[in-house]
Amino acid sequence: MRLQADNISVKLGGRRVLEGVGFDIEPGQVIGLLGPNGAGKSTLMRALTGQLPAEGAMRLGAHDLTAISPAERARLIAYLPQQRIIGWRLTVRDLVALGRLPWRAFGRRPDAGDEAAIARAMEMADVTPLADRIATELSGGEQARVLMARAIAQQTPLLIADEPASGLDPAHQITLMQSLKRLAENEGRTVLVSLHDLTLAARWCDRVMLLNKGRLAAFGTPETVLSEAHLAEIYGVKAHRARDEDGLIIAPVGLTKSQNRD
Amino acid sequence: MKLSISLAMLALALFILSLLVGPAALGIGDSIAGLFAGGGEAAAIIMREIRLPRALLGLAIGFSLGLSGAVLQGFLRNPLAEPGVIGVSSMAALGAVAVFYSGLAGSSLYALPAGALIGALAAVLILLAIAARQGSTLTLILAGVALSSLAGALTSLVLNLSPNPFAAYEIIFWLLGSLKDRSMEHVLLALPLMAAGWLLIALSARAIDALSLGEEAAGNLGIHMGRARFLIVAGVALSVGAATAVAGTIGFIGLVVPHLIRPLTNRMPSSLLLPAGLGGAALLLAADIAARLVLPAGELNVGVLTALIGAPFFLWLVIRARREML
Repeated sequence: MRLQADNISVKLGGRRVLEGVGFDIEPGQVIGLLGPNGAGKSTLMRALTGQLPAEGAMRLGAHDLTAISPAERARLIAYLPQQRIIGWRLTVRDLVALGRLPWRAFGRRPDAGDEAAIARAMEMADVTPLADRIATELSGGEQARVLMARAIAQQTPLLIADEPASGLDPAHQITLMQSLKRLAENEGRTVLVSLHDLTLAARWCDRVMLLNKGRLAAFGTPETVLSEAHLAEIYGVKAHRARDEDGLIIAPVGLTKSQNRD
Repeated sequence: MKLSISLAMLALALFILSLLVGPAALGIGDSIAGLFAGGGEAAAIIMREIRLPRALLGLAIGFSLGLSGAVLQGFLRNPLAEPGVIGVSSMAALGAVAVFYSGLAGSSLYALPAGALIGALAAVLILLAIAARQGSTLTLILAGVALSSLAGALTSLVLNLSPNPFAAYEIIFWLLGSLKDRSMEHVLLALPLMAAGWLLIALSARAIDALSLGEEAAGNLGIHMGRARFLIVAGVALSVGAATAVAGTIGFIGLVVPHLIRPLTNRMPSSLLLPAGLGGAALLLAADIAARLVLPAGELNVGVLTALIGAPFFLWLVIRARREML
């Protein structure tokens, strides 16, 4: 489904932390959400997931996101919080099955449709071999993929993930982005993911949004948005851009002069 | 389900055993006759007015405590949460004692349970305000310790000021916890309140499952957090408050039972609820039978016995948790 936002603003404690953000996203894409710490990435995600009251219009397909119940929202948007919490020694399969809660009536056991969605989600996130393991005993990278599988199992047209790659080694970061890419390409879902790694964003995202001080500074292909000028202006870093057969490589190598003075 | 059936059978067996144990030497035949067919007058009185209410309360209160422990642990994602440890029981006892001392207890049969309920409700609300958001074990336990101490101090104050030794004796009853000398009136008073609490807790099953992934993720799974909090606060306050109103503080059942039973389940918080309730009923009935047998002359208070078993268990859990953190 198409995700449209118009003029979203969020006030926290009297301060505007997000101002006039608007965009229009076609389904089936991975959208990277970038920007320095405090730029408003998490705020935007929380506004879209209904965790923060926001002004402005937000629509997903025909649904008005500002006027739906938590239960309806849970069938439209899956949200993967940055903090990875696994409360009990649950098996991976049971944990992933929690993603089916919004689709199950009270007291009902998972039906065949649920089982299929769980199996598919575990496959997409590459955790099928871990199905019977205890989730709390897995490595951080494996846990990140298991929690991702939970969000995929929710089978929502929109998946929002807050820094899912943070704290992961390079191989796990790439596996994670591969899962997101598959989800968008094969299932036509929209994926909105906040990232700090510029190369990861450049190579795996179809388009990127660059936020700065609560405003949308740029939105477009990684090629145009992650320009040296933007990186210098918004992140305050000097970055080297290179290219190989698969795409862009962006490496921040130092601070800009104005940053050095601070 | 198999687990719940086995635990239900165990609780039932202990319930029957509880009916058969007591200072009066009644044979099995006399007991059954006394309970159902009338039999001898003495046997009928002993069975219907002394042993039956005691066994029924053991069943219902044990269920309430086990269930409350399980739901609090699920809700707070914290295996050390329990109505006794976090001060709910002692606040409920304080409520009952305050009503008793103020003389309101004479005004209505419901005054005493109302006092205990208010005490339990206040405790759960204070704990949620302090500890629910961040869910840290330390904050929760410290808040519980503070609350228990406060309730203890205020109860001691009432005890200190109590006008005569009989009032003091009554107050001590709530502190030690016992199922002895309870009548069917007590059962009829407490059971509907406890049952209402059980229902509210059962309705929170989805919420505590989703909360395994933290509040943010639970919210995204369609869980209305305000509603879940209400169900659990009201459910625990009703069942523990009513239990305390008729039997005083009986601690640690809600801590010990979920711990023993969790490894036998898939560890999903909701699948622990019913088995923990049934296990709690079995444990309290067993403890109450033991309390009658250990010191036949001057019967132990069952609350003392559960604390004697539970407190070292709690200590062991803390030591184990510490080792896992290292």
